[in-house]
Amino acid sequence: MAADRLTVVGRSVPRLDARDKVTGAARYVSDLVLPGMAHAKLWRSPVAHARIIRVETERAAAVSGVLAVLTVADLPVKRLYYGPAYRDQPILAHEVIRYAGEPVVAVVADSEAHAEAALAHVDVRYDERPAATSAEEALAPGAPLIHPKLDRAGHFRDLSGLRPVPGTNICQHFEYERGDLARAFGEADLVVEDVYRYPALSHHALEAHCAVARVDADGLTVWAGTQHPFPVRKDLAEIFDLPLAAVQVVVPLVGGAFGGKCYTKIEPLVAALATKVRKPVRLALSLEESARTITRHAVTVRLRTAVGRDGTLLARQCEVVLDTGAYADIGPRVATKTGYRAPGPYRIPSLRIDSKCVYTNNVPAGAYRGYGVPQVTWACESQMDVIAERLDIDPLALRRKNLLKRGEEYVAGDTPMDGDMAEGLEQTARAVGWSAPLARGRGRGLACAMKDGGGTHTVSTAVVRINADGSVALLAGSVEVGQGARTALAQVVAETLGVPFETVVVVPPDTSITPYDHGTSASRSTTVMGLAVEAAARDAREQLLALAAKLLDTDASALAVGDGTITHGDRRLTVAEVISGHYGLVGGEVTGVGSFVPGKWSGTLGGATVFWETGMGAAEIEVDPETGAVKVVKYVSAADVGQAINPRECAAQDEGAAMQGIGPALFESRVSERGQLLNPGLIDYRVPAFTDLPGELDSLLIENADGPGPFGAKGVGEGGTFCAAPAIGNALARATGVRLTELPMTPERVWRALRAAGRVENP
Amino acid sequence: MREIPMTVVVNGEKHELTVPAWETLIECLRDRLGLLGVKKSCDVQVCGACTVLLDDRPVSACTVLAFEARGKSLRTIEGLARGDELHPVQEAFVEHGALQCGFCTPGMIMATVALLGENPRPTADEVKHYMRGNICRCTGYKRILEAILDASRRMSGGAKGNGGAKGNDGAKGNDGAKGNGGTKGTDGR
Ligand code: FES
Ligand code: FES
Repeated sequence: MAADRLTVVGRSVPRLDARDKVTGAARYVSDLVLPGMAHAKLWRSPVAHARIIRVETERAAAVSGVLAVLTVADLPVKRLYYGPAYRDQPILAHEVIRYAGEPVVAVVADSEAHAEAALAHVDVRYDERPAATSAEEALAPGAPLIHPKLDRAGHFRDLSGLRPVPGTNICQHFEYERGDLARAFGEADLVVEDVYRYPALSHHALEAHCAVARVDADGLTVWAGTQHPFPVRKDLAEIFDLPLAAVQVVVPLVGGAFGGKCYTKIEPLVAALATKVRKPVRLALSLEESARTITRHAVTVRLRTAVGRDGTLLARQCEVVLDTGAYADIGPRVATKTGYRAPGPYRIPSLRIDSKCVYTNNVPAGAYRGYGVPQVTWACESQMDVIAERLDIDPLALRRKNLLKRGEEYVAGDTPMDGDMAEGLEQTARAVGWSAPLARGRGRGLACAMKDGGGTHTVSTAVVRINADGSVALLAGSVEVGQGARTALAQVVAETLGVPFETVVVVPPDTSITPYDHGTSASRSTTVMGLAVEAAARDAREQLLALAAKLLDTDASALAVGDGTITHGDRRLTVAEVISGHYGLVGGEVTGVGSFVPGKWSGTLGGATVFWETGMGAAEIEVDPETGAVKVVKYVSAADVGQAINPRECAAQDEGAAMQGIGPALFESRVSERGQLLNPGLIDYRVPAFTDLPGELDSLLIENADGPGPFGAKGVGEGGTFCAAPAIGNALARATGVRLTELPMTPERVWRALRAAGRVENP
Repeated sequence: MREIPMTVVVNGEKHELTVPAWETLIECLRDRLGLLGVKKSCDVQVCGACTVLLDDRPVSACTVLAFEARGKSLRTIEGLARGDELHPVQEAFVEHGALQCGFCTPGMIMATVALLGENPRPTADEVKHYMRGNICRCTGYKRILEAILDASRRMSGGAKGNGGAKGNDGAKGNDGAKGNGGTKGTDGR
């Protein structure tokens, strides 16, 4: 279908959920109230590593309103441990405490206040042990072994090939090598080597983790703010020894996620508590508790690169170490992907990658918008500018020279590069005024990156039901976390079926109603679920046309559909008339099904990516030499979206992502001391505020309709976060000659670096 | 347990309540009155998700005690639209795509209504500073800024909508309470 023929796709229709969200009618899990519902609170460990000796619950149980005080031994479950990569995480701490903040005891009471009051009377005796609270400590000889034995979860195919290093804290070791590294480094005109650090971050989606569970004769129902209802269902089925059909996971609107609500989190605990007390139970974490549930990986990247005099990249060695905390969560896959993407979107003949995922006694780290790409891009794109400076080449020209061209291979066996990054970067640079004169104290910098988008080996299925009145229901398991997936998918349905957008309703994810979907992550919904939805809509359309053809006594191919009407010459039938005409009454429906099944698994490195998600960013900044404060005057982000299903929402995703990149560039980071998180909440952990909005924030959408998704779409949403830190760091270096290798670039760090470089006077 | 009887007008409707002395306004609004549009996030007066208007002034319902609303009038997101007709600020948020997950949206909109009541034609910088106590983790603020500026134009143009007049009664004055994070005290971080 030619782009100029599109009627709904490509239009910035208002989000389906906008009206509910501006009137306060929108309902999230945290708004759910069930009759007779009890409330849970958790007693969390004050220490990072300990053996539990004894738990006294009697005094807590005597507090008024308390229904139960439970340790892991009291939970009515078949299996205590869960996790997407390893089954290493107990539902409550079991014998051992592995991080400060780990839940040890759960109190269930008739109100949150009573549950809270009882926590003070829980008495846990434990024997503290030496802790490893950084990846360096955990890798050092003699480090405490955090998980002596590992049980592979085996849920996901790409995780069956995990390579832990026995006897160490390394739970995944990813390696890749090609070319002749030694020779390339020997013959290079320039070799640069740097170590870059990226701190752990908190997701701080405004809605903290929350789940409600109910058990009845039909089985277990869990309402949760999760990005992965189907994998959660599978975990629950295994933990409670129930058939999948007896477990129902329902996801209403989610108040932000950014990866923090991927995979199973508090759902098994809530379900166990509901089973135990025989009442619906709600567990709503505070924002601080969410920060003690999951983080973004702190990553150290050592990058060594061999370059020719003309700027040609010859070889690169990437050593990546990720602190995955006390439980692996999805860390092993993050480590693989982080390593895989560490070299950047460049043509590099010789390569050696070594990526280690390391257990520590810190809060578990998992998915967070980009799966390691922001961390390695900070390193890779900072070093590109170091190279440019040493060779006296314009940073844009250096990148142009080395960027993979459309159709060029990244790694043998994987999808070739599917966009034109050099062109995109050129546009980005132009938009920031790359070669225009600069005011004093200002600098410009740019960066680019890419990741394999769409997720690894994922499946989506969808159902489209055309009702007797012509209205259409889309059943799709994609979760609305704010990204606008439900609106985009409704646009795909309306376009494919030829019905007005307003007639399409999207049913919220419910594992008992909506068909299987792997999950909502990796910028996959518009592309991967989008293809399943498009196929379902096509299937429904064909059936509808066949029915209409019978009624009109003609051939389906002679019919045209549009605006909810089927036409044949001057004869017209509405969708509703076709359905009631066929069934002979005002009832019946047409049901279309569709699915996306992943292509062949090629093995080496993540297999064939669905599409390459790119990120390009350019910043103009102003540095205050007195204070070291960096102000972003202008930031331009560019996203190659193939075809924007809803341009306004695509750009909004990209802008939001850019701000989520500017935060860690300048001020966001988790501060911990010996495993104690010192800034769990928003008072001390600074997320971008309104006043941090750059003077200008622009998003460029690159649309060549060359994506694999419906109507040529490619996923968007993560790419915008990749480039802010290196673009700003590069701008800082160009403005002041000072380069930071550690984030965030706080005024103090910048000021100290300026002073060390003799750029400011000692006070 | 100290119980405090109080009368409060919420979204134009009078309520006679008896609340424990320590009950927060957000608990009262959500659990007692079922106004679930009021969102709780940080719970410590930083994020603004729980912003409601107390006698037309923005407050964080998470850190105001319920009895402090005694004899006053409260306005929440539920009281903004008139039937099917959205308030111009709500309309502007929809049209500009100034929301994603929507969790910050009720508080963001209530703070905007207060801002435009105090300062009907704010500059972009004035908007940013006034709204600093409302955190949005999703949108990147740009579209929210645009929506607010647009709402300001619509409301002071007097073209349509129902909310402009309300905040313009001059009662709030310029005591600077909100200018520095003010009643919501959000600049302390
Ligand atoms: S919840 Fe009240 S200000 Fe954050
Ligand atoms: S829209 Fe999600 S926090 Fe603002």
